[in-house]
Amino acid sequence: MSESAASNPLATPSARHLRPALHHQFEELEQQYDASSFGMWVFLATEMLFFGGLFTAYIMYRSLYYSGFAAGSHGLEGDFGAAMTFILLASSFTMAMSVHAAREGKRTMLVILLLLTILLGIAFLGIKFTEYSHKWHEQMVPGLNFHPSLEELRGAPGNAVELFLCFYFFMTGLHALHMIIGIGLLSVMAILAWRGKITRENYDRIEVSGLYWHFVDIVWIYLFPLLYLIGGRYK
Amino acid sequence: MSTAVAEVPVESRVHYLNANYGIKSWLFTTDHKRIALLYLGSITLMFFIGGAAAVMMRLHLIEPAGALVQPETYNKLFTIHGVIMVWFFLIPSIPNTLGNFLVPMMIGARDLAFPRLNLLSWYVYITGAAFTLYTLISGGVDTGWTFYTPLSSHYLNTHVMATALGVFITGFSSILTGLNFIVTIHKMRAPGMTWKRMPLFLWSTYATSIIFVLATPVLAIALFLVGLERIFHVGIFDPAIGGDPVLFQHLFWFYSHPAVYIMILPGMGVVSELVTCFSKKKPFGYVFIAYSSLAIAFFSFLVWGHHMFVSSQSVYAGFIFSALSFAVAIPSAIKVFNWTATLYKGSISYQAPMLYALGFIGLFTMGGLTGLFLASLATDVHLHDTYFVIAHFHYIMVGGAVMAYLGGIHFWWPKITGRLYHDGWARFAALVIFVGFNLTFFPQYMLGYLGMPRRYAVYPAEFQVLNVMSSAGASILGVGYLIPFVYLLWSIRYGPVAGSNPWSAKGLEWETPSPPPTGNFEATPIITGEPYGYAEPEHVHV
Amino acid sequence: MSAESPSVRTYTLVFVALLVLAALTTGIAYVDLGPLNTVLALAIAVIKMSLVGLFFMHLWYSRGLTRIVVLAGFFWLALLVSFTLADVFSRSWIKPPGP
Repeated sequence: MSESAASNPLATPSARHLRPALHHQFEELEQQYDASSFGMWVFLATEMLFFGGLFTAYIMYRSLYYSGFAAGSHGLEGDFGAAMTFILLASSFTMAMSVHAAREGKRTMLVILLLLTILLGIAFLGIKFTEYSHKWHEQMVPGLNFHPSLEELRGAPGNAVELFLCFYFFMTGLHALHMIIGIGLLSVMAILAWRGKITRENYDRIEVSGLYWHFVDIVWIYLFPLLYLIGGRYK
Repeated sequence: MSTAVAEVPVESRVHYLNANYGIKSWLFTTDHKRIALLYLGSITLMFFIGGAAAVMMRLHLIEPAGALVQPETYNKLFTIHGVIMVWFFLIPSIPNTLGNFLVPMMIGARDLAFPRLNLLSWYVYITGAAFTLYTLISGGVDTGWTFYTPLSSHYLNTHVMATALGVFITGFSSILTGLNFIVTIHKMRAPGMTWKRMPLFLWSTYATSIIFVLATPVLAIALFLVGLERIFHVGIFDPAIGGDPVLFQHLFWFYSHPAVYIMILPGMGVVSELVTCFSKKKPFGYVFIAYSSLAIAFFSFLVWGHHMFVSSQSVYAGFIFSALSFAVAIPSAIKVFNWTATLYKGSISYQAPMLYALGFIGLFTMGGLTGLFLASLATDVHLHDTYFVIAHFHYIMVGGAVMAYLGGIHFWWPKITGRLYHDGWARFAALVIFVGFNLTFFPQYMLGYLGMPRRYAVYPAEFQVLNVMSSAGASILGVGYLIPFVYLLWSIRYGPVAGSNPWSAKGLEWETPSPPPTGNFEATPIITGEPYGYAEPEHVHV
Repeated sequence: MSAESPSVRTYTLVFVALLVLAALTTGIAYVDLGPLNTVLALAIAVIKMSLVGLFFMHLWYSRGLTRIVVLAGFFWLALLVSFTLADVFSRSWIKPPGP
């Protein structure tokens, strides 16, 4: 059910004064849209390398200290992890639908969907910070108050559990930081949409925000099994 | 491909410099040319601060027991010299000044793809510089510019966080610049400008941008992790909980080796432009030079372990990195051969930019050849962490990159300012720089070979003569760097008016007035011919 | 790039598929499959990533250039991981001479 090129508002050549959304450095709206989207993809490639450094370190240490990592993973709250996964996937759905609404020029739908996405993101962060506070109370924060009281963690090579928890906090923390930035970005988009500033000709901002949001979701898609499900939960 | 340009007197014509007045028109500009000048001012300031640290180091090393500062202070000097020169001068130098100014003009566009992002990248650079300068005035940092763990993450009490934060922030400036250039070159070339019709400066800028975008994030995460380790008091580099300090080196050098190619590739692009213009000849092997830039960008990511041969990295990994390091020299050599072939039977003139280009070719080649000693696993064990390494990279960075930068500034100065400088003084300065440079750094090869370690505040007495020679050279080099200041700044007010193309060069930027108007071109140019349309040598009368 | 975009139906189907896969990942973790647990968990993660990337992020409808950027990101990450691990795991194969 995709649109034909003829009805696409961005495909027709334009006189500059008829297209106020066209920035001065571009010749055509299509070029502008292309450039925005391409630019965000290039940025996402940088983010792949940014998180990638952490994933590299994670792979290295998990290979070296598997049992400690498994023991540490067991100490994480799997229900919360699963819940966060479902919430983020739903937020990706609402985000994709909001881009669709922007493309169709449906202002109200766009605002509602953006707000839903933001709410789901906040719910995610709420659970995440609850987890962090639980870890603090269980004295499982590396370096700052690491004295595990959970019986099963004392048996495992204790040091590797602390190393695992470093990864837990650093990776989910960096991810949460990206979520916060994403929520901020979407809030700005929601305000712009509410004020009617997003039209069928300049919705590339929503598209580009969506790309960022989906990327952050993809990072979580990997973090969930890699942090929460090491060694299974059948014991 | 040419448009006739009426020579209107500079004073009555509107161009990018006089289109708006006032500090806000500069601090809130989105014109790539003004942003280039904002960067020019900032990096020049940082160059002199980093240079001041070097001056103090060379003065200190006149005597074997150290002549000037305490050892702890010496450690801080070489650290801040490295940090500032690498991240706040060399990396942004050509891309953010000449690149920002020229990329849109060379592809026939009105501006970069994301002009506001361009301005943001300058503000990010300034913020990072502010953090680093704060370190300078509040007591310094002494980890060395390489921030090795566990010294940086665990044992030192100096301002590691502030410096690391400054570098981390400035990394984003690099990423945004690289992103902007990549999108611009892909999406905004003028009609008819195919990839093979682009000037070689754009090819090397593009290759540099790939490195910016793919390497810098890994530095960011490495520094981020050092910061976290300082906050949490444990981290993933900490052996007490099973961490490996060498992992930091992997993450650090994965960025920092490609970073050295960030520092040299744009210079190579400048040299390609200078050599062709001042031989009045199209480049020999255009395709080879273009693709060798991409090859350098790619291969640069495969060799980082050659900085870690003696770090307890596995010997097998060392073999592989060593072999690959030999391979990475090949595309650079291809460029040198092609430049030389371009010079052959060219109609060569020796204005200042050409002197810098010729200096680059010679000194870069020497520096590159000494890299082979370091790439070879066995000899590196002897030379690692000695002055041989220092001489090697200064030949490339100063004898190469800085010379190319100065050559480019001199070449495009008439375009940027609309004025000509005094070429006699410029040539004199270039020669002073060349002599001073060699006197400073050639003795350091010998010192390194004889075993003098780097980053040491004291040294055995038998090395004194070479150290004094090096320090003497440094004073000459310093004078050489100051001279352009005088005549270039003088030329802005009193220099003769430059026409649109004082060098009779080929390129879209030379078809605009000097200085160019804010929008660069009155109408979007349409490219129909090949680049570098110089006449064939047989037709040039001597 | 802006010419084609998935329909609401496509988005919904992809979302349902993602939910099913997420449930599958969680469920498999409660069954003892030995090393297969990790393999399956990662395989499912790759599928989820592909669904999000191809349909929510429009890669299915994108130009080759955009796809090259994504592949380049993966490839460079693979370089970082493989060379680093190559070092770590080959350290014990040969020890330099000395005490």
